[in-house]
Amino acid sequence: MKRAYYIFYKDFSSELRMRFALNALIMFVIVAVSTILFSLANEKVNQNVYAGMFWVVVFFSAMSGLSRTFVSEEERGTTLILSLIANPISIFIGKFLFNLVLLFFINTIIAFLYMILFQDFSIQNWDSFLLAFILGNIGIAGSSTIIAAIISKANVKGTLYPVLAFPVLLPLILMLIEITKSAMEGNPISDVEAELMVLISYDIIMITASVLVFDIIWRD
Amino acid sequence: MRAFWKYLLLILMTLVILGGLIPPIVAYPKNFFEFPLIPGLEDKARIIFFHVPTAWLTVLAYLIAMFYGIRYLKKKNIYDDMKSVSAAALGLVFCILATVTGSVWAKFTWGSFWHWDPRETSIFILLLIYGAYFALRSALDSEEKRARLSAIYSIIAFLTTPFFIFIMPRLMIGLHPGSLEIDPATGQIRASANPVIKFQMAANMRVVFFLSLTAFTILYFWFWNLTHRILKLEYNSQKEI
Amino acid sequence: MNNIQLIVKNLKKTFNRRLVFDKLSFEVRAGERLVITGKNGSGKSTLIKILAGVMNESSGSFEYIFDSGKIDREDIYKIIGLVSPYLVLYDEFSAFENLKLFAKIRNLKIDDDKINQILEKAGLFNRRNDLVRTYSSGMKQRVKYASAILHDPLVLLLDEPTSNLDIEGKDFVDELVQNFRKDGIVVVATNETQDFKYGQRIINLDDYKNNQSK
Repeated sequence: MKRAYYIFYKDFSSELRMRFALNALIMFVIVAVSTILFSLANEKVNQNVYAGMFWVVVFFSAMSGLSRTFVSEEERGTTLILSLIANPISIFIGKFLFNLVLLFFINTIIAFLYMILFQDFSIQNWDSFLLAFILGNIGIAGSSTIIAAIISKANVKGTLYPVLAFPVLLPLILMLIEITKSAMEGNPISDVEAELMVLISYDIIMITASVLVFDIIWRD
Repeated sequence: MRAFWKYLLLILMTLVILGGLIPPIVAYPKNFFEFPLIPGLEDKARIIFFHVPTAWLTVLAYLIAMFYGIRYLKKKNIYDDMKSVSAAALGLVFCILATVTGSVWAKFTWGSFWHWDPRETSIFILLLIYGAYFALRSALDSEEKRARLSAIYSIIAFLTTPFFIFIMPRLMIGLHPGSLEIDPATGQIRASANPVIKFQMAANMRVVFFLSLTAFTILYFWFWNLTHRILKLEYNSQKEI
Repeated sequence: MNNIQLIVKNLKKTFNRRLVFDKLSFEVRAGERLVITGKNGSGKSTLIKILAGVMNESSGSFEYIFDSGKIDREDIYKIIGLVSPYLVLYDEFSAFENLKLFAKIRNLKIDDDKINQILEKAGLFNRRNDLVRTYSSGMKQRVKYASAILHDPLVLLLDEPTSNLDIEGKDFVDELVQNFRKDGIVVVATNETQDFKYGQRIINLDDYKNNQSK
């Protein structure tokens, strides 16, 4: 665990210096949110649409930034030194933690922008929204990290990432949209209990499976 | 032995095509060769003999591809990867067939080509997974990497199925026979009460249906056997010294 | 008595359909120094990567035995140090930061003084706080040496050990190999005849291209 933390720490300080992912991500979020803003200007749309739009932006921003942790190692050729100083499990967990922090940061920005820019995006039940937000971020970070590990070995990385990640993340995103809708309508948390349980099991299954198969992906 | 399977397939397929298309559909069947009329379906009910097997093979092919993928990971035998990829390629073909036959049929029965009912959504997601699988393969240049990573991807994508099974009935209305729905009173998942969805096959239809499943499965294994043997021959003939 | 041993049995590696080497078997005992040579593309680097546990062999096996116990694949990284031209360090950090990070990730109990000592030995002390990307290729090679001996490994894998190095640097490598722990193993992959002096034994990979297997 300590090793994983220091791998996270390495990526974190490297990110602070190099901004492999952050700048692109922030720009992406601004562009995406303003596109939605322009296209929905003066339109009266169903409140539910915002719940979907929110997670769509989250999904695509994850797709634009989360592959960097592995792709930048592969592109710069530092994969070798990394595998010489740590075992695959710590590497995966370190990278996962990094993506998780990045995702929380960027999604908080997205949520904040939504709240101030769209009057109709108002959460009535914060408990269920926050729980979904946290569990959703964990799940997205988990699946995105393992898919990022796969595509970092491929030739065309950019376009392949969302293609591979979409079917894997779809059940998660669908559930998150459902819970967000319910939270916007102000329904009690007990209404989405089953969905939240499924989120938890998604997170557990995906992260466990990723830890198990990462070794096979990692070693050439 | 091989000849036996081919003749069996020939006989079965003939029976299925004749048995699926010829028997008249009447309101009150008296003879064993008459199919009962289902209100709202009429002659369109016959799709079940041809559409369902393609969907079944789509799923079977995925499981076979994943099975040989895992076997490759264990034994590192490149022939397992060939079996895996040829299973998946046929799976993709059957997936497209199931989607196309289903949506053409839906146009005439339900009114439009696509409805996002749970089965339609599942086959669409499977199509995406197959697409992603082949996109990934074509982006990997070394054989070992291709075999290894596509096997891993097939496992990861497979892990999402239980979640879809949970979500689907909550999000969409089932139109296929046997669909599940949410009981509005209790919030529990239950079998649908709609008469078309409750539709059960008559005994004679069931015979043709299972014959058809068997015939298509044999057809699938025959194709699969041919394709992975072709891959193997190509591989061996190109082998450099 | 700490006793490390490397046993390679019938090792084979193919890339796609191209055979790199086949039926490679040898044993290296504690204290031995082995040189691996062969033409360009004969698989020296491939063999080094396999022995470092970062690349999979196609068939056959290799194992590190320590005190009569086999070292797990997962743990090989703990006992080896690797230097090679294709090893790339994190160039957004300084040499000192690189080593410090490696020590942390490896979970070593090493303080800054020890790291400075190693850097001094490698002749990098004066520029230890400059980013690695500002270094010349020879200096980068020295940082690699520093990172390879940081955790006091039992096995040293050197691929083209003297590439990019000046005379002083070569002397440093000479000294390093000579003074490397007597209970350890050094494997050197090289084409430079002057590097042959590092080994007591030479294996030529060109002898393992036998391809009648069929």
